[in-house]
Amino acid sequence: MEEKVIVCKELTKQFGDFYAVDKISFDVFKGEIFGFLGANGAGKTTAMRILCGLSFPSSGEATVAGFNVYKQPESIKKNIGYMSQKFSLYENLSILENIEFFGGVYGVSRKEIKERSEKLMIDLGLQKEAKKMVGSLPLGWKQKLAFSVAIFHRPKIVFLDEPTGGVDPVTRRQFWDMIYDASASGITIFVTTHYMDEAEYCNRVSVMVDGKMEALDSPGNLKKQFSAENMDEVFYQLARRAVRKGD
Amino acid sequence: MKKLFVFIRKEFYHVFRDPRTLLIMFGLPVVQIILFGFALTSEVKNADILISDNSRDVQTMQITRKIKASSYFIVHEATIGDREIEKTFKKGSIKAVLVFPSRFSDDLFHNGTAQIQIIADGSDPNTAKTIINYLTAIISGYQQENFPAAARPFQITTESRMLYNENDNGSLNYIPGVMALILMLVCTALTSVSIVKEKELGTMEVLLVSPFKPVMVLIAKAVPYFLLSLVNFTLILLLSVFLLHIEVKGNWLLLFFESALFILTCLSFGLLISNTTNAQQTALLISMMGMMLPTIIFTGFLFPLENMPWIFQVIANIVPSKWYFIIIKSVMLKGLGFEYVWKETLILMGMTFLLLAIALKNFKIRLQ
Repeated sequence: MEEKVIVCKELTKQFGDFYAVDKISFDVFKGEIFGFLGANGAGKTTAMRILCGLSFPSSGEATVAGFNVYKQPESIKKNIGYMSQKFSLYENLSILENIEFFGGVYGVSRKEIKERSEKLMIDLGLQKEAKKMVGSLPLGWKQKLAFSVAIFHRPKIVFLDEPTGGVDPVTRRQFWDMIYDASASGITIFVTTHYMDEAEYCNRVSVMVDGKMEALDSPGNLKKQFSAENMDEVFYQLARRAVRKGD
Repeated sequence: MKKLFVFIRKEFYHVFRDPRTLLIMFGLPVVQIILFGFALTSEVKNADILISDNSRDVQTMQITRKIKASSYFIVHEATIGDREIEKTFKKGSIKAVLVFPSRFSDDLFHNGTAQIQIIADGSDPNTAKTIINYLTAIISGYQQENFPAAARPFQITTESRMLYNENDNGSLNYIPGVMALILMLVCTALTSVSIVKEKELGTMEVLLVSPFKPVMVLIAKAVPYFLLSLVNFTLILLLSVFLLHIEVKGNWLLLFFESALFILTCLSFGLLISNTTNAQQTALLISMMGMMLPTIIFTGFLFPLENMPWIFQVIANIVPSKWYFIIIKSVMLKGLGFEYVWKETLILMGMTFLLLAIALKNFKIRLQ
């Protein structure tokens, strides 16, 4: 059996009598690309915040990279990377300065930062732009750079919260190539998205409806299970069950 | 520690690459100091004054002639009673009234001393003070010419009073006031905006997910602004000393210590504001409306607190800049030592601890 990097058992987050996350249980394996789908307000963000060590669950259990979310949120933080839907680098810092900053925050040594960033600039073809302010780059480049920064400290898991929002299809495709590369190098990818073609790229996909996890399988099996032609239909069938209004 | 350094360096990049921040931080103090500087060195020329001569003897005539001869005043003459003085001021054009009491020379030669009363319109304190100084100088000049010091049995004393503004709210007061204002503005507004900016951009989320401790985020934000504010304070101080020739009478070290304390108070305020809002504009508005106005009104450097209704005087007590203003005035202008300002210092410290505690607590709660 493959190594489990995220284990959730009956994870619940309650705000008053509102169950944002309602007893979800799932495992994520090492190197897997795990799609985390759900309509707005279904509880994705809350669940992700718990797994990132930003918020405590009300009940249930969860371990991330082998660390308990209640007792070791600080250890979790050291072993994960995070990239949000909002662009999350500093616009008035150059590419290298951004890398130095985030590398430094994660405790990567100065020597390592130098070596890795040189290689990264070559891989991304950004040698000439390395000293340019990030604000002057096109959005597609920024997103790719943000992803590279998120995995710069070689985390075990990287959480991507709608990473490709507002990006053109070509760049999205390139972005997913980077995700595949990271996954191949053993980094687990935990990604939320609203693009159903991207859901097809995932190894396994889960769909949350009203705080509950209604489906979890590979895209192929899900399509069979719901006798649907594509993930779009699968998602639509599931999301229609929702009673809650999205935000 | 290394992480903190990396973070602080990043903050300095932000400050030095943002022209607007730089302008607020270093342009504003220079402009303010120069503005207030010119306001307080403005000379009085051709001011209307009224001489009410109730004695009409040789001496009063001579003094009046001397005043007329100077280029500062346009002299009106009329004999008026005490009650009419206020009426004269209310008409507006007369800035000061000089009153010779009846039997002026009699007093001078028989009692050895005689009084001249100068009443100035204190609603414009700078002008009033200057006029009083000029008049007093002219009168003492007259006295020295006519009654040499060696054998001076006769003395003319002037008794001056500022109507509406008894407290002699002099021009020097502006400098400590401007200091309080600028530090408040720079520390509070810039700190809160710089934190809220990260929330707005989404970088705060990334920072919170990182192993960097949330409290350290606040510290890393506060340190650069603390240092820059100290530089700023030095700049203001040097400008005051060399450009406006204001003498620092007290201990420089004490001055810096008290200012560092006040800067901390303002930073804590900034942190607190940044916790309560998620938009830069809101943060800026709160710091401006919430800090600037109370600072200007309740510090006491433009409007004397003593003349306010009691409720405002009570409110003024919770405005930190009021206490800082008192401290700086005492240390810088009066040359008093720590033993005279320890109470105010303690109050400021208390406020800082309270603000900081609330700010840190709120920051933690938000994370749960």
